[in-house]
Amino acid sequence: MHARILGLAAFAACLAMPAIAAVALSDAAGSYTISPAGSSIRFTIGKAGGGGFDGAFGRFKGTIRIDNGDVGRSKVDLTIYPESVGTGQGRIDAFLKSDAVFDAANSPEIQFRSTSVTRTGDTTALVTGRLTARGKTFPEKFTAELDGLKGGTIKFHVTGKVLRSRYGMDVGTPLYSNVVSFDMTLMGKRG
Amino acid sequence: MQSITNTATRYGWAMIILHWLIGIIFIGQFVLGFVMVRIESQRTSFELIQLHKSFGFLLLGLIILRIAWRLRNAAPPLPPSVGNLERRTAPLAHFALYAFQLALPLTGWALVSVSTLEIPTMPFNLFVMPNLPLTESDASERFWASAHWYLAYAGIALVALHIAAALRHHFLLRDSVLSRMITPSSAGE
Repeated sequence: MHARILGLAAFAACLAMPAIAAVALSDAAGSYTISPAGSSIRFTIGKAGGGGFDGAFGRFKGTIRIDNGDVGRSKVDLTIYPESVGTGQGRIDAFLKSDAVFDAANSPEIQFRSTSVTRTGDTTALVTGRLTARGKTFPEKFTAELDGLKGGTIKFHVTGKVLRSRYGMDVGTPLYSNVVSFDMTLMGKRG
Repeated sequence: MQSITNTATRYGWAMIILHWLIGIIFIGQFVLGFVMVRIESQRTSFELIQLHKSFGFLLLGLIILRIAWRLRNAAPPLPPSVGNLERRTAPLAHFALYAFQLALPLTGWALVSVSTLEIPTMPFNLFVMPNLPLTESDASERFWASAHWYLAYAGIALVALHIAAALRHHFLLRDSVLSRMITPSSAGE
């Protein structure tokens, strides 16, 4: 009896899984422009003695292209304007924008260009790419999870960790962790 | 054989080392504090402020040690040649110097504890120094910053007076007041 129910469940799962995946991919395929209104780019840096400090970038732009036949050929481009950084504390914002950290006056853009997208699950993918900040470029990895697909909009939840010291932003270590944890919601609009 | 403790006429080497070490750090802290808030580079400024905090806690540890030592080791009396006015005011000036040495690191500690920047304190990157149990706010931060600032200027003025008095004793009065803070007491004394 149990075996039969299990067998039935397994059969149903086999039937259902590829179907969802296939539908999601063909539905999702296309080019999207990241909409700042529905998106957010937040980050957290741990502090010695516990806690951490949070911030977000207010201005950014980018595109997401999902390949119809091959997810691996999908592409993500993201440009962040560090001048728009906000932490809720004006003095910290000024510090972050200064040449102590972002040097926003001389390096007004932080860019991410994906080089490969690997599907890791039904709704998840590993996005590898090149991150450029303050004139330095290094490969970085982000995890993207499909968070919604409706009408002409697609939403991803993207997380990843970046070592800031590599980009000439090591000020404050070890008081503040070298690891910057990103938590982004990227909403794309078709077209 | 040089003595660690003070004798009836001389200072022991423990007091002498603490005196000069604290003196150098105290003056260095004033210069560092003056420079760190005026320097243009925000990065250098941040790093100098952390260094100032580190030396501030070192100073606090040394001054607690010094006060404890001083309480168990009476300072040798002034030479007989010292005049009446100075005989009365010098102990007050020395008491005030001790008070400044204690108050400056403590007001600095209060300042970082109430600062809304919430920057952790790690003396010489060795360990996390907890904050004093004070409520953080912009108003408190301004208050403790002012207190620290005024005490620093008043303290350094008193240090300048202290140095001038020591030089006067050595070069004009030619007594042992300065030299006994350089050469330790001997066991035989």
